[in-house]
Amino acid sequence: MLDAGPTPLVRVRDLKMHFPIYAGLFRRRVGEVKAVDGVSFDVMEGETLGLVGESGCGKSTCGRAVLRLYDITSGEIAIDGREIGDVPQPRLRDMRPTMQMVFQDPQASLNPRMTVEAIIKEPLDEHTTLSETEKREKVGELMDAVGLNRKFAKRYPHAFSGGQRQRIGIARALALNPKFIVCDEPIAALDVSIQAQVVNLLEDLQEQFGLTYLFISHDLSMVRHIATRVAVMYLGKVVELAPREALYSDPLHPYTKALLSAVPEPDPALATNKERIILQGDVPSPSNPPKGCNFCTRCPAVIPICREREPDTREVKPGQFVACHLYSE
Amino acid sequence: MKKHGSEIAMEEDKPKITRLTDGAGSDIEVAGQWRLIWLKFRQNRVALFAGWVIFFFYGVALFCEFLAPTLPTVAQPRLTYAPPQEIGLFIEDETGQRRFQLHVNGYAMTVDPESLRRSFTSDPANIIPIGFFVRGEAYDMWGLIPMDRHLIGPLDPSDQMNLLGTDKLGRDMLTRLIYGARVSMSIGLIGVISSLIIGTVLGALSGYFGGWVDLAVQRLIEIISAMPTIPLWLGFAAAIPLTWSPLQVYFIITLIVSLLAWTSLAREVRGRFLSLRREDFVTAAKLDGSSTGRVIFRHILPSLTSHILAVTTLAIPTMIVAETALSFLGIGLKPPVVSWGVLLQDAQNIRTISSAPWLLIWPSLAVISVVLAFNFLGDGLRDAADPYDS
Repeated sequence: MLDAGPTPLVRVRDLKMHFPIYAGLFRRRVGEVKAVDGVSFDVMEGETLGLVGESGCGKSTCGRAVLRLYDITSGEIAIDGREIGDVPQPRLRDMRPTMQMVFQDPQASLNPRMTVEAIIKEPLDEHTTLSETEKREKVGELMDAVGLNRKFAKRYPHAFSGGQRQRIGIARALALNPKFIVCDEPIAALDVSIQAQVVNLLEDLQEQFGLTYLFISHDLSMVRHIATRVAVMYLGKVVELAPREALYSDPLHPYTKALLSAVPEPDPALATNKERIILQGDVPSPSNPPKGCNFCTRCPAVIPICREREPDTREVKPGQFVACHLYSE
Repeated sequence: MKKHGSEIAMEEDKPKITRLTDGAGSDIEVAGQWRLIWLKFRQNRVALFAGWVIFFFYGVALFCEFLAPTLPTVAQPRLTYAPPQEIGLFIEDETGQRRFQLHVNGYAMTVDPESLRRSFTSDPANIIPIGFFVRGEAYDMWGLIPMDRHLIGPLDPSDQMNLLGTDKLGRDMLTRLIYGARVSMSIGLIGVISSLIIGTVLGALSGYFGGWVDLAVQRLIEIISAMPTIPLWLGFAAAIPLTWSPLQVYFIITLIVSLLAWTSLAREVRGRFLSLRREDFVTAAKLDGSSTGRVIFRHILPSLTSHILAVTTLAIPTMIVAETALSFLGIGLKPPVVSWGVLLQDAQNIRTISSAPWLLIWPSLAVISVVLAFNFLGDGLRDAADPYDS
């Protein structure tokens, strides 16, 4: 359905991740948060798929669910040709080297009690039979690759700046030569000058090692810079998935339009002419999404069928998929 | 997969990766966690002093055979409830010259004709010279090395020296206090180690796995903390067979005390696990394929060792007091084992308190100073436990 061009490295179909809500004395299940509710996409080998959306729309959960950090509610996930959607956690261990993750908060993602060397070496301890010397050499190579001085290997993470810590996190993710890396807002916690450095580093590493990224971010300009294709999420669902140029120049879904109109325009002359679409109301609770289209409560172009039936995802233009009744025939 | 879209505002011609410069900083020594804890701890004078006090008491407990002037079982039937003697520094010899000689004065005994009660007074004429490293009662150091040297004692082994007085059988109080330190101090340590193991393991399981494991452990903790401790101890202690050796009783009492004391530690550990298991670095470890054991022991526990240490230090005095209380009530350790609680039990009646107050004062002082020292030390450790805060 969503295939376009080269072979997909990651194939996600109808992924659902519902978190149960327990309440009361006996911790009975009283409902569930539908953080990810039927998401399908492909990530092609060597491309960067941007995943954007506002806070709480489920993009981070989606990224973590794809890596099977959660036991997913339903759906299929295939990475590098292997189905991992329903594989029990212990058996996932063999698959771990293929898929890695770069975290949002470089402070929290590094164990404060371990040295940089120990942090980067850990995946090697777990998955390889290299000797200590070989491991240390590999750590040195990884530190070179991410632009860290080898001399700092014996230091603790708190001695580094945010950008440097993120480099450590990237080096750890690279240790096992993964094919697929989920970047979960890797630049959100960094200041702007460092953001550019880290994004450029990610791009260089992609070229050097042939990596495939799922790049989760709420920074639309950064996604425009790095992504090959972009998926827009709203309330647990992908509402639009399109090649970068098409999405930014001609967004189809009303939510994408509103989202893109919120990107600040650096040129003041253009900024005054810019038409800003301001959505009314709040995002509905993911534990109780509205009937029909999830966006119907806030959509400026809502039509009666939106409140009745959930829209299907269709390919409106080549490579551009939209889930909206406005584009049904 | 490089994209050079014309509309991309980002400048592409800059160097992609700015290499970190080789600064002089790479030669600077980096203080590890424990060094930072120590530096912070050292600033707390009270805690530091308390640490020395505890160090001293454990030293006494370790070398009690050598430090004690005699053996705790040596009774002097003629010297019951004898008062403490004072150490004198100078004596006058036959020629009337004052010279330096450590000594104590012997006792002069008078018997009350009506009550037949003996009372002792210091007899300046009866001088008992004392010295260091003297030969005395033979003992086995740590039950292994036969020795007969004592740190301090009368030069003539047949003389009596009772610096802290004697009890109702005429046994030397100082000796018994020193031997009591071994039992009382170690019961705290052994008890804390076993409750540390139970508390950490159950707390870790409860916090890490959550769900029904957590539910079960938490309810268990609630049930145990809801039990009134004294009647429970009474019940347990009453169930100990009378035929058991004092050593067996000692271990079982330790076990009873620690079985009830692990709950607060388990809660503490659980709380830390609950917050740490969602940390990104734990997720990262799972992503690297670390086993559950590795995640728990290598990633989570090291982050709370300092806290566990502080909590443990605060738990030791509870153990010591519990043992003392049990023995005082006569349901804990029993003679011939000597502990501070056993010593206090001897000082239970009003007759003792009025006529031989030293039997009450010295064991109480020992318990109070050790408990206070542990509390100050534990407070200091807790404050210093997280060197990266503030």
